Amino acid sequence: MNPERTALPLQLEQPLAPKRTRLAEFWQLFRRNRLSLAGMIIFAFFFAIAAVGLVLTSGSHPIFDPSQVRLQEKLRPPLSAPLLESLKPEERPSLSLYLFGTDDLGRDVFARMLQGAWVSLTVGFVAVGISVAIGIILGGLAGFYGQQHIRLEQMLATAVLLAGAGFLAAGPWTAGLALLIIGLAWLVWSISPWGIGRRDAPHRLLRVLQIETLMVDTLIMRFVDIMLCFPSFFLILTVVALLPASIYNIMIVIGLTSWEGTTRFVRAEFLSLREQDFVGAARALGVGNLRIIFRHMMPNAIAPVLVSATIGIASAILTEAGLSFLGFGVPPPHATWGNILSDGKRFIFDAPWLTFIPGVAILIVVLSFNLFGEGLRDILNPKLRERHS
Amino acid sequence: MVAFIGRSLVQKIVTLFFVSVVSFLIIHIAPGEPSQVDPLNPKFTPEMVERFRQAFHLDQPLHVQYAYFYRDLLSGRTVSWKDSQPVLRKIWERFLNSLPLFIVGTLITWTISFPVGIHSAIFRGGAYDRSATFISYVLISVPGFFFAYILIIFVVNQFHVPVIGMETFGMGDSSWLFRVNDRLWHMLLPSILGATGGIAVLSRYVRSQMLEVEGQDFVRTARAKGLPWERVHYHHALRNALLPFVTMFGLILPGLIGGSVIIESIFSWPGLGRMAYEAILARDYPLILTINFIAAVLVLIGTLVSDLLYVIVDPRIRL
Repeated sequence: MNPERTALPLQLEQPLAPKRTRLAEFWQLFRRNRLSLAGMIIFAFFFAIAAVGLVLTSGSHPIFDPSQVRLQEKLRPPLSAPLLESLKPEERPSLSLYLFGTDDLGRDVFARMLQGAWVSLTVGFVAVGISVAIGIILGGLAGFYGQQHIRLEQMLATAVLLAGAGFLAAGPWTAGLALLIIGLAWLVWSISPWGIGRRDAPHRLLRVLQIETLMVDTLIMRFVDIMLCFPSFFLILTVVALLPASIYNIMIVIGLTSWEGTTRFVRAEFLSLREQDFVGAARALGVGNLRIIFRHMMPNAIAPVLVSATIGIASAILTEAGLSFLGFGVPPPHATWGNILSDGKRFIFDAPWLTFIPGVAILIVVLSFNLFGEGLRDILNPKLRERHS
Repeated sequence: MVAFIGRSLVQKIVTLFFVSVVSFLIIHIAPGEPSQVDPLNPKFTPEMVERFRQAFHLDQPLHVQYAYFYRDLLSGRTVSWKDSQPVLRKIWERFLNSLPLFIVGTLITWTISFPVGIHSAIFRGGAYDRSATFISYVLISVPGFFFAYILIIFVVNQFHVPVIGMETFGMGDSSWLFRVNDRLWHMLLPSILGATGGIAVLSRYVRSQMLEVEGQDFVRTARAKGLPWERVHYHHALRNALLPFVTMFGLILPGLIGGSVIIESIFSWPGLGRMAYEAILARDYPLILTINFIAAVLVLIGTLVSDLLYVIVDPRIRL
């Protein structure tokens, strides 16, 4: 025994190993993976460009005007100087140079690429945000409350809710709204601690309503199976084609059709986490269910979600580009990388830059997201970690 | 075993029923009606629209329409709204066009990914492994249509052969050797494009599977016995690493319909994906719903087949 130690009990409180925060450790590991590091740097760079591009191309007098048509200057190659004498002063490009050339209407491709960067970024983030939110909620429900049964009254309440929604869509919206509110109130009441079934039901007839039908887990996972039966790009294409063309519809549709994977592994994580001792300890201390879910289990389950979200952003950007390419993307005056490429494909032999610039840009951005995501996966999964001496 | 098959069949039929309901609802609740597709067409008088709506039961409530539609589909009488051709026959014709692309694409995928994946697992961390990893990331990330145009430019400039469509127009009376050659050139690019994503994903999967097996004790034992390294890698490790891939025979089935919309549109290939795209453009609901239904059936059969194959190849799994 070291006498000095016993004399200074305060020092014992300090951890003996060199303390590193989680972030520092993370950074230490991340730095070794050069590809992922490059991915992250490009990702940050792209983020900055998209933000700057939004500022520079919006407003009534943008610095780079993506929709300025100059028919006499069409299909100029990259890095060519504009013919100043043929242009009115307000038509001149700001750099007095067509950095990426011009398209078939003489619009500055550089300005259009800047505008498109922001579109790609928002499509990726919003779509993945929607799908991750749905995935976490459904997966968490299936994983944590999965063994509980749905009672008959809850089915009835859902039926009322759906009927309300149906009425609302079909026309008589006052009746629809009333049914919607009734159904919602009924559901909330039956989940809440005062609902039927938490205590003994007062009446024999009401006991019928307590019949347990399906397990929550069965319901959610069968729903996932159903959604996985649809070929995803075909489903997205169908829905996008039926809805009016708008950038928000595309984000929402991509988000609503890509949550199945997240649901599955959030459920798997929750199933294994809820059996672990720290959750048992929290429950023994009397911590509420919601606090256990959000404070204790979610931080442990979030790592694989983050990884798949990063890769999901990449695939959402690709999907949006594919939709724009087929003509179902963001409507025309707005430039996206997909529709610059799709417009340029007619001039592929005369003006290859119209194909190559947006194509390479999409490739680099998607690649950086994929590399970053894979790097995250390696770091967050201790089993895959290579041993460093 | 029989009980398992019976149980999963029932489960799959229930799933299929819900898929049919969901797809029907998606199509019919979305705004816009097929009878309004072409309002400028002078032939589309209000009486015509009314007749059209009656002929296809569009004036009935939704659940009646649903019953009519799936009764027709299951008895094979569904007709396309666009040209009144039987839907199943149209799909079958296009399917025969898509099938060669699918087979060649799958063959390319499997013959390339396995050697690449195994090789990079055996020489983990080496230059080959690193470059294979990077290339597979590039292949996952490249937009298919962009890659298609690069390949088109390359092939047309280098070899001076036409690549768009299924065959060069007006070659009906040339010799069969020439025609076969022409067909092969036309098939090459779409198949390669269909295979790129598959190669990238599958080779990574083979690699990780192989690495997992190589880390197990019996491989170390084999190495400790002093066996030659080819025997350790190819006999002991590889045979066990291949196990999960047997099940993938089931999972590639849905690829028959799914992913070829963009590629077939670029190459004007008259296959299923392109027909689906045209059906969506024309709002040909029976065709869209039928393709969707068949795709769902293929997914379900695929998962069933892969479950069964797993049981057959892996004796540790008991039902």
